[in-house]
Amino acid sequence: MFKKILIANRGEIAVRVMRACRELGIATVAVYSEADREALHVRRAEEACPLGPSAASESYLNIDKLLEAARRTGAQAVHPGYGFLSENAEFARRCAQAGLKFIGPSAAAMELMGSKTRARQTMAEAGVPLVLGSGALKSAKEAETGAEKLGYPVLVKAAAGGGGKGMRLVRERAEMRSAFEAAGSEALRAFGNGEVYLEKLLESPRHIEVQILGDEHGNLVYLGERECSLQRRHQKVLEEAPSPLVDEAMRLRMGESALRVARAAGYSNAGTVEFLVDAGRSFYFLEMNTRLQVEHPVTEMVTGLDLVQLQIRIAAGEKLPFEQKDVQLRGHAIECRIYAEDPENDFLPSPGKITRLMTPAGPGIRDESGVYQGWTVPLEYDPLLSKLVAHAGNRRETIARMERALEEYFVGGIATNLPLFRRILRHPEFVAGAIDTGFLERLLEEPAAEAGRATPAEDGEAEVAAIAAALFAATPAPGAGVSTNGARPAEAWKRAGRQEGLREEKWRE
Amino acid sequence: MTYDVVIAGKSYRVELKRGKEGCACRVDGREVALESVCAEREVLWLLLGGRSYEVRREAGATGAMHVVVRGRRYAAEVRDPRAFRGRRATAGTDAGPLRLLAPMPGKVVRILKAEGEPVEPSEGVVVLEAMKMQNEIRSPRKGVVRKILAAAGTAVSAGEALAVVE
Repeated sequence: MFKKILIANRGEIAVRVMRACRELGIATVAVYSEADREALHVRRAEEACPLGPSAASESYLNIDKLLEAARRTGAQAVHPGYGFLSENAEFARRCAQAGLKFIGPSAAAMELMGSKTRARQTMAEAGVPLVLGSGALKSAKEAETGAEKLGYPVLVKAAAGGGGKGMRLVRERAEMRSAFEAAGSEALRAFGNGEVYLEKLLESPRHIEVQILGDEHGNLVYLGERECSLQRRHQKVLEEAPSPLVDEAMRLRMGESALRVARAAGYSNAGTVEFLVDAGRSFYFLEMNTRLQVEHPVTEMVTGLDLVQLQIRIAAGEKLPFEQKDVQLRGHAIECRIYAEDPENDFLPSPGKITRLMTPAGPGIRDESGVYQGWTVPLEYDPLLSKLVAHAGNRRETIARMERALEEYFVGGIATNLPLFRRILRHPEFVAGAIDTGFLERLLEEPAAEAGRATPAEDGEAEVAAIAAALFAATPAPGAGVSTNGARPAEAWKRAGRQEGLREEKWRE
Repeated sequence: MTYDVVIAGKSYRVELKRGKEGCACRVDGREVALESVCAEREVLWLLLGGRSYEVRREAGATGAMHVVVRGRRYAAEVRDPRAFRGRRATAGTDAGPLRLLAPMPGKVVRILKAEGEPVEPSEGVVVLEAMKMQNEIRSPRKGVVRKILAAAGTAVSAGEALAVVE
């Protein structure tokens, strides 16, 4: 087993990987940019190396600096997390050349899956169902002919794409030429590769993905699916496992397709096979993510496995410690991605200082956070603060548990999307499990229920809010503390503490 | 102390008086049994007629006060009635120059409108990037861009003026 691992990432995922390392008795090395000097992942590591300027290209994306940090600290392996260099085959190759183990699949498997056109071709040969589409396109003319064959609407997609970049929806022939050119040039700028292809548009599909895990001895298992249809602008917001749509038979079919994908790619370590699912419950291979996913905790909750520890053990050459028949799903899990963005203000990002942080606890609750009270969330990186995960016996109980935990959650000083989740969790279509990738955008177009129909209980709450607002206004400085019983809060707490102490002593007697 | 608090379009007059026996509170002239502790930053515990509430204060992106009661967020507008008249006189009207402010710190990516160009309501004037997302800063009303104060490629802090629309 490795003695020391460098985590080439930041934020909550770096903290998550460090937790796994500590449990395995492995020393951790953090890396950080100037903006992250005081970040939680730096505080949690045993060693930390500065990378330089805040721009990702000069820090977290700079392969030379990362390899130098690993060399200096004597790390034996690198965990890339997600995002940044996690799906960069060149980074994997450079790590190998430097004598470092890259915790992930082989560079060859990453390259195959990194090209959507090559991946589609390989999967078609392996007998995996695909969304109808084309190969790489050479000209707008070819795109027009291809689209006529598929039937509009179609998507023009970048072969190297991801996250909605280099993608255009084309509803009719007249739009094709400009979409073809725009997608190609956007892809060239974003990924250094302007190759595009066509995919038939599925109207309001679901997005369901299968977690797979393979060791370096040819053993592969699938760990059930995740429902990821709740997205806004191609960014996932809430995920759950299992999917409310998928039954035992469908899970088996999807799992076996995912394993065919992984086998065809010669895949090892953790990976995710994404499928689009249509209204008739037919599923089609979309792409494979060759890394740990943001939403991996929901799979961990229902399988009872620690995916990050397994990633590390696989990279160290161990065999999978279980077989497919040992994988049992238990209960239901939901994850909410807490972003520093304001849902009531066009989702404007809101970096800044976290003046107060209250995190939920209690049964079945897990908070995967990358922040702490008093820290200033930098504006340079993505707005994910934390992932709140709830686990309970079934979907209905998990929704109730998540609502309870969200009420306990509070981030002061910056705006977050916390209020959005209450609307989602209470929406009748969500409760019924009738969701697709258009659900969230439709929900956001509905007028917020808050203002309109207030029940008497909520009206009483508005009065409470008014009294509280007046008290806040009467408080000279935030935190200076006034209490209406005349005592300074510190004294009040001391007194309460003393009383608690007395009580405890009595109890001991 | 007396405050007029507007929540969801409804106004409440809240009177607070601190005495020996705690705080006396009246809402719209009605006596309310109140006990409260502000023991932590941004968090108040209220005991109102035997009901317990934990209320938190959030900063809205636009600087307004948001209070959260039992997971529900309320935008609160608090006014001191003694200062009411003065406030009202200076409050923004539709006429006159309007400064477009950066709602968050970020980097100016593009300027969409030149000085002297007309703008429609909710048309973008400046594109600001923060947290890997590009956001259009839009004009709230119809007018003409009088001045562009931001330069592409520069960093701005929250509340900094980006442009003036008249």
